[in-house]
Amino acid sequence: MIELSILALFGIGFTAAVILAVASKVLYVYEDPRIAQVEAVLAGANCGGCGFPGCNAAAVGVVEGKAGADVCVVGGPEVMANVAKVMGLELKEMEPRLAFVDCTGGERAEEVYRYEGVLDCRAQHQLYKGSKMCPEGCLGFGTCVQACPFDAIRMGPNGYPVVNPERCVACGTCAQVCPRNVISINGFTDDITHLNEVNDCLAPCRQRCPGQINIPRYIEQASRGDYAGALETIRERIPMPLSIGRVCPQPCETQCRRQHVDKSVGINMIKRYVADWEMNSGVRLPIECKPDNGHKVAVVGGGPAGISCAFFLRRLGYQPTIFERMPLLGGQLRYGIPEYRLPKKVLDWEIQGILDLGIDVRTEVKFGIDFTLDSLSEEGFEATFLGFGAWANTQVSIEGDDAKGVETGTEFLTKVGLSVETGIGKKVVVIGGGNTAIDAARTSVRLGADVTMVYRRTRDEMPANMEEIIGAEDEGVKFQFLAAPNKFLKDEKGRVTHLEFTRMELGEPDASGRRRPVPIEGSETRIECDTVYMAIGQKPDIDCLYDENKSCGLGTTRWRTVEADKDTLQTALPNVFVGGDLFTGPDLVITALGAGRRAARSIHHYLSQGEIPIPQNLQRNMIPYTLFKDLERVVPIERAQMPHLCHGDNRTCSFAEVEGTITTEDFERETCRCMRCGLTCYNRTEQPEEEGISKTSTNSKKELASRI
Amino acid sequence: MDYFVLIIAAIFVNNIVLAQYLGNCPFIGTSKDTGVAMGMGFAVVFVATMAAAITWAVQRYLLAPNGLDYLQTIAFILVIASLVQFVEMFLKKIIPPLYKSLGIFLPLITTNCAVLGIAIICQREEYSLLETVIFSIASGVGFMLALVVLASIRERLDMARIPLSMKGTPIALILAGLMSLAFFAFKGMAA
Ligand code: SF4
Ligand code: SF4
Repeated sequence: MIELSILALFGIGFTAAVILAVASKVLYVYEDPRIAQVEAVLAGANCGGCGFPGCNAAAVGVVEGKAGADVCVVGGPEVMANVAKVMGLELKEMEPRLAFVDCTGGERAEEVYRYEGVLDCRAQHQLYKGSKMCPEGCLGFGTCVQACPFDAIRMGPNGYPVVNPERCVACGTCAQVCPRNVISINGFTDDITHLNEVNDCLAPCRQRCPGQINIPRYIEQASRGDYAGALETIRERIPMPLSIGRVCPQPCETQCRRQHVDKSVGINMIKRYVADWEMNSGVRLPIECKPDNGHKVAVVGGGPAGISCAFFLRRLGYQPTIFERMPLLGGQLRYGIPEYRLPKKVLDWEIQGILDLGIDVRTEVKFGIDFTLDSLSEEGFEATFLGFGAWANTQVSIEGDDAKGVETGTEFLTKVGLSVETGIGKKVVVIGGGNTAIDAARTSVRLGADVTMVYRRTRDEMPANMEEIIGAEDEGVKFQFLAAPNKFLKDEKGRVTHLEFTRMELGEPDASGRRRPVPIEGSETRIECDTVYMAIGQKPDIDCLYDENKSCGLGTTRWRTVEADKDTLQTALPNVFVGGDLFTGPDLVITALGAGRRAARSIHHYLSQGEIPIPQNLQRNMIPYTLFKDLERVVPIERAQMPHLCHGDNRTCSFAEVEGTITTEDFERETCRCMRCGLTCYNRTEQPEEEGISKTSTNSKKELASRI
Repeated sequence: MDYFVLIIAAIFVNNIVLAQYLGNCPFIGTSKDTGVAMGMGFAVVFVATMAAAITWAVQRYLLAPNGLDYLQTIAFILVIASLVQFVEMFLKKIIPPLYKSLGIFLPLITTNCAVLGIAIICQREEYSLLETVIFSIASGVGFMLALVVLASIRERLDMARIPLSMKGTPIALILAGLMSLAFFAFKGMAA
């Protein structure tokens, strides 16, 4: 019996062994030995945090190239190094990523549903689509806290999640469970490439800023004395805080909620203060850049758009080369904006810092003559950004416009920027009402001329910034409003002697809703002049884009701008991107800087993954429900004044900078005026005592910052 | 009709985990996520059916005629372990997508007492080959059902506020117990 049992068992065993042996021969599948090796060096936690079901699957993913050496979220650098060794990869420094909570909370208790039965914010979301007031922000139920497998997140004192960077491994579990997308996993590439989305926590000022700067965040950092952090926040979006701090017309301030209580926060003054702090310290803050990835990108135009695009491309690891037709970089910032608003040495310092990141520059080269899109491709540039601005002048032909002494405002400003002879006379007339006209007028004053501005509408309708208009008035510029030029009179040498204009009166409103000026019969008037600067508008000079057959592969509009997708800025040629005035027509410097970043983002996606993702819910317009007008319990605090650096003759006879940086006291008070708005909520701490507004202690500063 | 009763009994009344208490380790171990639970369920249905059919033949033509019934357990373990190995090789070569989706569950089944239990029950009840196959499919489905239900509950529990000491396996065991009680309501039906 025993023999039979043994025989039977051996028989079964033997049959199984034979079948398996044959099967392993017939059904043999080659498996990369590296899979086992990689699996052996992984942490072995089988936690699934990497997104693969277990370490073996992760190892397969690594070998198949679907995951990198950093696949294991719990293993740390040692595991990463070992995986890289098995795979024969070179380990470069990884970009650190962390869970990032966009919602900064505030007093939300009265706004949140407390449905006692299901204390889970996903249930809340499904039942009620969230809180009553803010339809986007954190619900405060802490689902993310429970979900985090690494205990890296907790509810902070204001009832919104706070991430502990020491523990967070960026596994993304919290982001997956958050029904509001309040939490995301961010590295610095994500920070740079993020576009405003409607469900981000967007204060009105941040929605309005064409550069999409996170204004509440940098003001909060500045209020804590963390100037470096504030600059880093600004440089996530724009590369030139020094210049923008001087020349920006502050569209963000027109939307600041604070103006419903007293006056808007001096957002740009704060930016200028921290930027000046860096320049005056003489030491440049380090700017994080990824290691070179070997992709070359051509940037045509060294103005704000081009500089911004090159800056962000460099930070994302690309090798940009800027092609500029003028001798120096800066575009309209250098050749259009006069010294008294933006001193050249400030601009130089700022541009040098950007170039020091490793950006190549070729100056005095003209697109279409010295190089073309084809020659750039042949040179190995994989993508091209076109941002050569709006340098051509809009022309009106009136009698005598060929007279000597009649030229355009931009030509004049460029000559001043290049420090060459301008040929300016003693009596100057400037035609136009925009910023270029005012710049030409104020510059002429500084060159000793008697200046009159002629504008066909009223003062209130002038497109120039009000501060600039007031500045010009202060400096003695005379104005002729409601005046339309008729003709220039010239002497026998051909030099202009008079401008004749017709007086206008306001008639019926036109399509734009403005009352159209109509000429008054027989009101022709002459003013004496020996120089006339026409500044009635600019447009891009796109002739260089056309080939000898008069065709342009890019597509252009009737405003003589280049056609492109408004979100990706990609033109009809997939590897050519456009931005700045060349795309929008004449616009603000900050708009051009913003476009430079968006183009860099598109180029990055285009070159790294072949397509450019655009989020569905981009914020394009102001979000209506964030524009409420009633603010309770806000104590009015006076807005700081921009100090004037020079007065009297010193102001009108030299190009010394007119506006200065605010004082440290004013700066601290101004940062505390910001209420750190979100979409709707606020920090409603108790009213601070008046003596609590001290300037020194961090605590009181924080208190001030959050007071409302 | 008999087959219908057999199926209902195997899935609900004599559910392999909740009434027979077999296969508890994979039941707790792979019920954290519904997707994983489904994968494991399918793997069990597949292997249990093949194992029961082969062991039926081994019992019928090798063990029983030679009076070797006492070798049943060890012989079945041998057969099931080899079978799992074979199935793994076969799927890897012939149906790689299925192999991938079953993933780590196939090797786990090697030591799954539910599969062995199903094979042995078939012998004890003296089922025919057809009955064996039907019973094992139904038992596998019963296992999958229990697994998916538990996984769905556990997924929700992950979000709930549970005392720390009860989190994870302890609460899962309590839940399994409660589910088992619930399944007792089927007692007396169909079998
Ligand atoms: S769940 Fe969120 S907070 Fe926790 S480790 Fe993962 S990414 Fe970090
Ligand atoms: S108070 Fe601060 S956060 Fe609010 S809109 Fe004004 S600048 Fe922006």
